[in-house]
Amino acid sequence: MIEQVLYGAVRGGTSLLFPVLGETIAERAGVINLGTEGSMLAGALTAYIVGVQTGSVWLGALAGAGAGASLALVHAFMVLTRGANQIATGLVVTFLGIGLTALFGQEWVGVGVNGFGAVAIPVLSQIPVVGRVLFDQDPLTYLSLLAAPAIWWLLFRSRAGLRLRAAGERPDVLLAHGGSPTLVRYVAVVAGGALAGLGGAQLSTAFTRDWSEGMTVGRGFVAVALVIFAAWNPLRAIGGAYLFSGAIALQLQLQARGWELSPYLLQAAPYLLVIAVLAVLSRRRAHQAPEALAKVF
Amino acid sequence: MHISRTPIRAGLLALIAALALVAGACGDDNGGTAADAGADGDVTVGFIFVGPKDDFGYNQAAYEGSEAVAEAFPDIEVLQAENVPETAEAEAGMQNMIDQGADLIFATSFGHLEFAANMAEQNPDVVFVHQGGLKDDLELDNLGTFFGTVYEPVYTAGIAAGAASETGKVGYVYAFPIPQTLANINAFTLGAQSVNPEIETITVATGGWCDPAQQAQAAQSLIDEGVDVLTQHQDCTKTIVEAAEQAGIYSVGYHADASSLAPEGWLTGSEWDWADLYVDIVQTVIDGDFVGSAYNGDFRVGLQTGDNPFVQSTFGPAVSEETQALIDEARQSFIDGGSPFSGPVSDQGGVVVWAEGEQPTYDEVETMDFFVEGVVGSTN
Repeated sequence: MIEQVLYGAVRGGTSLLFPVLGETIAERAGVINLGTEGSMLAGALTAYIVGVQTGSVWLGALAGAGAGASLALVHAFMVLTRGANQIATGLVVTFLGIGLTALFGQEWVGVGVNGFGAVAIPVLSQIPVVGRVLFDQDPLTYLSLLAAPAIWWLLFRSRAGLRLRAAGERPDVLLAHGGSPTLVRYVAVVAGGALAGLGGAQLSTAFTRDWSEGMTVGRGFVAVALVIFAAWNPLRAIGGAYLFSGAIALQLQLQARGWELSPYLLQAAPYLLVIAVLAVLSRRRAHQAPEALAKVF
Repeated sequence: MHISRTPIRAGLLALIAALALVAGACGDDNGGTAADAGADGDVTVGFIFVGPKDDFGYNQAAYEGSEAVAEAFPDIEVLQAENVPETAEAEAGMQNMIDQGADLIFATSFGHLEFAANMAEQNPDVVFVHQGGLKDDLELDNLGTFFGTVYEPVYTAGIAAGAASETGKVGYVYAFPIPQTLANINAFTLGAQSVNPEIETITVATGGWCDPAQQAQAAQSLIDEGVDVLTQHQDCTKTIVEAAEQAGIYSVGYHADASSLAPEGWLTGSEWDWADLYVDIVQTVIDGDFVGSAYNGDFRVGLQTGDNPFVQSTFGPAVSEETQALIDEARQSFIDGGSPFSGPVSDQGGVVVWAEGEQPTYDEVETMDFFVEGVVGSTN
């Protein structure tokens, strides 16, 4: 059962890991983007449509990332150029994503897509337990597992990352050094949206192979909460995404094994877990948040 | 069938629906008002749906029924509102239709009932019919409920599942343990057990009518448990059918014919065909015969009383002729007055609920609160 829960955690966690990574980048640059849910939906639908139309799931994933980035660009324009409130704008962007995808997704409900399948990595996938859990997944899951350390390196070991973090901590210092906090934040928010879109693409073309209206069902918001859990660290984001997804996998496994527990209670368990974790960690995390987060520059 | 969506989704839908209603109100100014509808005898019929008209499921079927009404009565005006939540927002949506001259309103989701009942009390000149509810002791001349006997084709689909299963384990993915779902799961199990008494139905709840990610996980957990047939009571049904096909096991559909998604493993399913019933209700209201008619109460139609609007989907290649004969036999027994729940039926604890020779009333089926013997899962 442990293997099955871990397998489910990774398989279902990818569509969370991408948006958590994306939101981490945006928040490290000082912008909260609650439009993540909208970007995920835009990515899910666009990847689905392009995947069906072209027959190439990779083109679909690319288009999904582009769609997520486009919605994030709306958020960036509103909060960075127009100085709008980040929380309110993010929510409106999410509603925009829900509405637009509902409209344009109508004729794609029930259409089959030839999505990403699992690709077993030779030799490694033969390792007991770990093999199935980590090395017998879809290509976008591998990509997310490579993206996390890459983004960590980018943020904490590269010059570009230093500037990005400066935009989120001390934008005036970045400005004094001749940088443009606004430009850096634009790039961070749009890149974050692209990752959220990729998460949506994994959800629709790899994990569920389905498009249905509002199919993310709040995962974008869960991702925003998990960023705090992960202390704005891309490596810890892996743990956050898999913990939440693993909790879902666990409660479904318990149901299938005939545990006499209320399905209502089991359904609430993953969210209770997130709240409990935030309650324990938040006071500590408050000091770890980027100093200029959500502040208009 | 809906009690509620997850809170986030419900909130989002409420907002979208509010916007949609505003847009609808602005766009339909030329649609006539209550005053002129009454004056020149024009008939206007409104439909509210809880979800999108193209969900490949429950709401799409209801929407297609409303389109059939428009086709059958070219002279009447048909108003349609999608994504109407199961909150007071529904009353605003129905009021909007009344303002546009609606004489008859179909409230098509389970949770619309109390709002339809409120509106019926306030608007005695407008007829309200609710899909799926039981109005209990509300005696109004302008209110009724209607539904099919959902569990009949679900039982016969269970026969196909029981005959196809080799492991003796079938999986059921559902949203919430509400009476209609419990009746479906029980009917499916009893149908399967009529072929193979050892059949176990393993149930997993997703906590939502359409959450494909949870569906994919739920399907996986059932496959891990060794089920070789997957079925469901969900609004969007594609993920689970695809998951079954990919795992090389059988699938039974719900709400929509998904046989094209699972050419190998598709057994059969159940789907709605509301056209005839909707048209007959509209005709009854046009003729002025609604008061005191069957539709002015809790109308239920099953194989015994007429054409059940819930019909069997096409059969897949794995359903043998012998199995189809068994299904025909069961169907005939329902036409002759039998029930999928004809005794003996025992609950999970082995306690006899309906003894040999007994069978439940419609009311008892629609308030079912237990799993039958052979179902793995919890009802509360």
